[in-house]
Amino acid sequence: MSVRRLADEAIQPKGFAFTAENLAWAKKKMAEYPAGRQQSAVIPILWKAQEQEGWVSRAVIETVAELLGMAYIRVLEVATFYTQFLLKPVGSRAHVQVCGTTPCMLRGAEDIRAVCERKISTEPFELNKDGTLSWEEVECLGACVNAPMVMIGNDTYEDLTAESFEALLDKFAAGKGKDVTPGPQVERHFGAPEGGQVVLLDKPTAKRTYTPFPPPAEAPAAPGGKPDAQKPSK
Amino acid sequence: MLADKDRIFTNLYGTADWTLKGAMARGAWSDTATFIDRGRDWITNEVKGSGLRGRGGAGFPTALKWTFMPKVSDGRPHYLVINADESEPGTCKDREILRHDPHHLVEGALLAGRAMDAHTAFIYVRGEFIRERQHLEQAVQEAYDAKLIGKNNKNGWDFDIVVHHGAGAYICGEETALLESLEGKKGQPRLKPPFPAAMGVYGCPTTVNNVESIAVVPEILRRGGAWFAGIGRANNTGTKLMCVSGHVNRPATFEEALGCTFEEIIEKHCGGIRGGWDNLLAVIPGGASVPCVPGEKIRNAVVDFDGLREVGSSMGTAAVIVMDKSTDIIKAIWRLSAFYKHESCGQCTPCREGTGWMMRVMERMVEGRAEKREIDMLFEVTKQIEGHTICALGDAAAWPIQGLIRNFRPVIEARIDAYTYNSTSEGAVPSIAAE
Repeated sequence: MSVRRLADEAIQPKGFAFTAENLAWAKKKMAEYPAGRQQSAVIPILWKAQEQEGWVSRAVIETVAELLGMAYIRVLEVATFYTQFLLKPVGSRAHVQVCGTTPCMLRGAEDIRAVCERKISTEPFELNKDGTLSWEEVECLGACVNAPMVMIGNDTYEDLTAESFEALLDKFAAGKGKDVTPGPQVERHFGAPEGGQVVLLDKPTAKRTYTPFPPPAEAPAAPGGKPDAQKPSK
Repeated sequence: MLADKDRIFTNLYGTADWTLKGAMARGAWSDTATFIDRGRDWITNEVKGSGLRGRGGAGFPTALKWTFMPKVSDGRPHYLVINADESEPGTCKDREILRHDPHHLVEGALLAGRAMDAHTAFIYVRGEFIRERQHLEQAVQEAYDAKLIGKNNKNGWDFDIVVHHGAGAYICGEETALLESLEGKKGQPRLKPPFPAAMGVYGCPTTVNNVESIAVVPEILRRGGAWFAGIGRANNTGTKLMCVSGHVNRPATFEEALGCTFEEIIEKHCGGIRGGWDNLLAVIPGGASVPCVPGEKIRNAVVDFDGLREVGSSMGTAAVIVMDKSTDIIKAIWRLSAFYKHESCGQCTPCREGTGWMMRVMERMVEGRAEKREIDMLFEVTKQIEGHTICALGDAAAWPIQGLIRNFRPVIEARIDAYTYNSTSEGAVPSIAAE
C-alpha cells in the first residue's frame, strides 16, 4: 500500500467549479449507470476534474461528493486509493511517469530514472526550478514489449534510451512537447518486432468457413478438443 | 506454428484501419444476427466445444463460467463485465486489442451477453490506457450509430455497452475488486461466496471475463468451435496472444498457437535470446505473478497451461519476461516485491504487512546483507502469506520469491558470502532483530 495524503492546507485552493462543458459531460456520464447507482461515475468525474485543474484538491473532492450525493469521506477514500489521482500540483509542461517494474527495469528503466533525477529533481513529485517539470516512478504501465517507456500526459513514449529520453525531455522542458511523436522512439511499428513484422503478412479477408464438430463416434464427447479429432483448419 | 489464415487478431499491429469499416472488411460483424438467433445454448455449446479457457491468467473454462449465470432471471438484470484492467507486469496483449481491433471486443460482448441473457456490459479499462480507451469508446459509438448494438438493433438482442475506467490500481484486475471499483468504491476484493454469478455488480448476477476471452468469441462462432479445438493439445486449445519482453533480440506481441515449444516461439517471433541460448538465465513465463523457470528447463517446455505447469510454473497471461545472464535475478525479483508492496490494497493483514516485510528482506538479499538462515525464514513467511488472504494478490506476491529460492538459492548464498567476505569491522552482518 502506499500512503497518500492531501496536499498541505497552504496550497489548497478556496474552491472549485466545473466548467459548463465538463459539468454537462459529468451529468451525461452519471446517466450511463443504472438509476440510483450514480456513485459509479466517481472515478471518471474525478478524472475529469483532474484534467481541468491539473490535480485533485480538497475542493475538488468536496464538489464531486456534492455532485454525486456521496459522503466526503467516500470520495476522499477513492482519491487517495487510486494512485493516478495527483494530490498535489505537478509540472506545468510535463509530469513524467517512468515505468520502473521488472520488464522495463531489465531494459534500462533505471537509466531513465537517473536522467529524471539529474535533470528534474532528485525526489519524485518535486518540481524543477521553473516549475515546469516533475516526475515519479510508477508501476507497470502495460507497454512491456516496448520497454523502457514513460508516460507524459495522455501519451506513452516507448523504446527509449537514456539519450533519446533526454532529448525528449528537453523538448518538453522547452514547451515543445507536442512536436514529439508518441509511441516507439525507434524505427518500429507499435508492438511488432523491430525490423518489421514476421507474421500477418497475408492480407486479411472477410471470408470464413465454418467447421462443424465431428459426429460423436468412438470417444465419448468430452468438453475441450480431442487430439485425435484434429482436422486441418480452414 | 500458426498460419496467417488462422489468426484471429488480424490487425494486431495496427497496420490497417481499426474503425468499423476496416473491421468489417476483415470479417467482423458478419453473421452476428444469425448467431444471436440460434440462441443462448448454441453459443455456449460452441464455445464449450472450442475448449476456450479464460485468458486472464487463471485459465478457467469460459463457457463453464457462463453457465453459472441463472438460467431464468429472478427480476434482477444480468451483467457482463469485461476486465480490461490489464496491469500484470509483462502483459500488454489487451492493449493491442483495444487500440487496433476494438470491434472484436464489442462484437464479442454482444454475443457473450446473449449467452448469459445480459443486456448490459461494462468494460473496465485501466486508467493508464487513455488512447486505448478513446479507440474503444469510438468503436462502441460506431456500433451504436450503425445500429449493431443498442435498443432495437439489427442483431435482435438489445444491448448497451458502458466503457468505464479505473485510475491506476493493479488490484482492480481482481474480479471482485473490479466490481467494487465499478460501484465507485475503493478497489478492495470481496469475500467469496457469494460469487459474482449470484451477486456481482449492484448485487445482480454478473460474469467477469478477460478482454481476450471475449474478443475471440465471434471468430470461434464464425469458424466453429471445432476449428479452435483443432489448434493445440487437448485441454489447451486455441490461439493466444503472447508478449515477450526483456532480453530477447526483438521483443514483440504476437498471436501464436498453444502447444509450440518455447524455443520455437522465441526463435520465430523474437529473433532468439540476446547473446544466444547459452546466455539465458531464467524466464518468467506468465506475467509477474508466476514463479520463474531456469533457462535450461524452459527451452524445450511446451507453452500452454499444462506444459508450463510441468516445469513448475504457470501459463498466466502468457506474458514472457526473459532474463539473460547479465541480469541480477535477486534484484529483478526484489523489484516485483516492491510492485506487490505498492499494489496491495491493505485489506488483509498478511498481505498488507507481509508484502512490505518481504520487500525489505529482499532489499537486503540484493546486497547480500543477510544471513543464510533468513532464506529459509523468507520462504516460510511466503508460505504464511500464500492462501491466507481474500484475493490472490498475496499468493502472487509470494510465488516469485518462492521461485527464486527454489531455483536460485546458490546465487543468494553466494551474494551473502561475498558480503560477509567483504565486510569490515564496522560493517558486519546485522542481526535479524534489526529487521
